[in-house]
Amino acid sequence: MAIASVTSRKILRAVIYLLMSLLAIAAIYFMMEYNFLGAVQMAVYAGGIIILFIFAVLLVHQIEGKLEEPSTGRKIGMAAFSLLGLGITLFTIYSHEFKVVEATKAFDVKDIGRGLLGTGEGGFILPFEVISILLLAAMIGAIIIAKGQKKEVKSS
Amino acid sequence: MIENVSIYELLTLTTLLFFIGLYGFLTRKNLITMLMAIELLLNTSVINFVVINKYLYPDVLQGVYFSIFIIAVAAAETALAISIIINLYRLKTSVDISETETMKY
Repeated sequence: MAIASVTSRKILRAVIYLLMSLLAIAAIYFMMEYNFLGAVQMAVYAGGIIILFIFAVLLVHQIEGKLEEPSTGRKIGMAAFSLLGLGITLFTIYSHEFKVVEATKAFDVKDIGRGLLGTGEGGFILPFEVISILLLAAMIGAIIIAKGQKKEVKSS
Repeated sequence: MIENVSIYELLTLTTLLFFIGLYGFLTRKNLITMLMAIELLLNTSVINFVVINKYLYPDVLQGVYFSIFIIAVAAAETALAISIIINLYRLKTSVDISETETMKY
């Protein structure tokens, strides 16, 4: 599915393949019993980002048009590079021995909220606030980038 | 943890996904599809955080917090990048990387 997403030449189909692989990743989270994370994954990625991509594709592209095929030499070179990296990483993973531990307690959403907003040991309140400021800045920046052009033309 | 699935299999899956995304990022010539490949890369790192948290340190939640932060950063980055791409398209009527040389010099 992911391979189809990066090689499909019709751009809208590529977006849908990406959506399928993101949903499969959410299914992995549900299987590991991190239900909150799976829900976040589905809402943010499958709900938000895919819709953004579809809007961008529809605004920017003629849908029928096919993407330009990269040259064969470039494809082969990049595939070899990726396979080399893949081999090295897999070798490292399999030569390292992991100590798998059994879970002794279960978590629910309340624990995640307490941890995120905790100020004590292991609390994540500072990164949480920083990330909220970052999101606000990104939103304002997106609006200014999308709107600023006209204003400049008018004033000059 | 998942029944009958070892950590090696899950890490192999994420490694495969990561290098598929890398291949897509290196071969695509369209800005939107490159952004999709970046999404795939970020997602694999999130799965790695979660898997290692679940299999090796199941009594803490640090990996989950970090994955939530990564998801937030990815969402912000995608929104910004898409607004830049749409603006660029208005300027140039193209989203090909070979034709976007405005900031090159």
